[in-house]
Amino acid sequence: MLSLVIPIAFTLVGGAVALSLWRLLAGPGAPDRILALDTLYVNTIALLVLLGIHLGSALYFEAALLIAMMGFVGTVALCKYLLRGDIIE
Amino acid sequence: MLEYLLSFLILTGAVFTFIGSLGLARLRDFYTRLHGPTKATTLGVGSLLVASAVYFSTRGGGISLHEVLVTLFLFITAPVSAHLLAKAALHLRERSLVELPPDDAAAADAPAGDGAVR
Amino acid sequence: MNRRLLPHPLLTLALALIWLLLVNSLAFGHVVLGLLLGWAIPLFTRRFWPDTVTIRNPATLARFIAVVMYDIVVANVSVARRILGRPERLRPAFVVVPLALRSELAISLLANTISLTPGTVSSRLSPDRRSLLVHALDVDDRDALIASIQQRYEAPLKEVFEC
Repeated sequence: MLSLVIPIAFTLVGGAVALSLWRLLAGPGAPDRILALDTLYVNTIALLVLLGIHLGSALYFEAALLIAMMGFVGTVALCKYLLRGDIIE
Repeated sequence: MLEYLLSFLILTGAVFTFIGSLGLARLRDFYTRLHGPTKATTLGVGSLLVASAVYFSTRGGGISLHEVLVTLFLFITAPVSAHLLAKAALHLRERSLVELPPDDAAAADAPAGDGAVR
Repeated sequence: MNRRLLPHPLLTLALALIWLLLVNSLAFGHVVLGLLLGWAIPLFTRRFWPDTVTIRNPATLARFIAVVMYDIVVANVSVARRILGRPERLRPAFVVVPLALRSELAISLLANTISLTPGTVSSRLSPDRRSLLVHALDVDDRDALIASIQQRYEAPLKEVFEC
């Protein structure tokens, strides 16, 4: 059962990554691209978690946690840049 | 039984993650696009993380709960980044399907509008 | 004395819990280390936490969390259906929700809750903190939406964090 479900899930999340990537390239505005990047990192967490289940290894958890933190900080920094035209005041 | 539960969680998670990105690609203005990733994707990844916690807890290596940390982190940060993105878009007067609310440009820069939602 | 040694007991507990989750272990040493970190970090970062959080009504808070979790699941199913449906039929709108809350923590919690639940994203807080601009994905009735936000989320938060 699991061996059947995991490839399906990989396909779906892979599709999600492709769609976000399309939005990242198509834009049209800066907020759209930032939103796409934000979605992309959350999708990456999903991929890493799936890989962890697939390989039966808990090693990927740290990577997922780091991506979650760095992604959030990145999104906030980019939004601040849009709001003020400057990151560090 | 456990395998069915796991499969259900993984499939739900993957489907919601996909729908979130589909919304991002499909909807027609920035403000509606914001809804897909903030809700669907967050729940999707949350569901996958719960599946991972259940999976590693039942493999004999003791209870594994650290996935909960990532889930919590995502559920706390997703609305914050959505709020900031919406504010940035309003500040830039991003195109919208409906009429934009009046611009109190000072609001976006005033420290009061900023420090409260974090 | 107590307030100076242990300024934020809730934060201490939360930090200790996060440490235990991070190391994924319940060993005695880690419990002690977690509590030590939970004690030391608030002490050294005291300047960032000027106000203490008081929870007046834990039962209401628990009920509020349960309601929000239920709503998150329902919200996702309805948002998913709208994304899969025809995008032309959506009726997005900006709605201004007047706020009765005054404390910063309660307002941020309300804004986050609104973003996580049915088809709404909080977009901007007015400079005087009297109203919150909310973008909704699909609205029939603005007044009903405002009333549901006020009754379902704002009232319990007011009860828990303010008098």
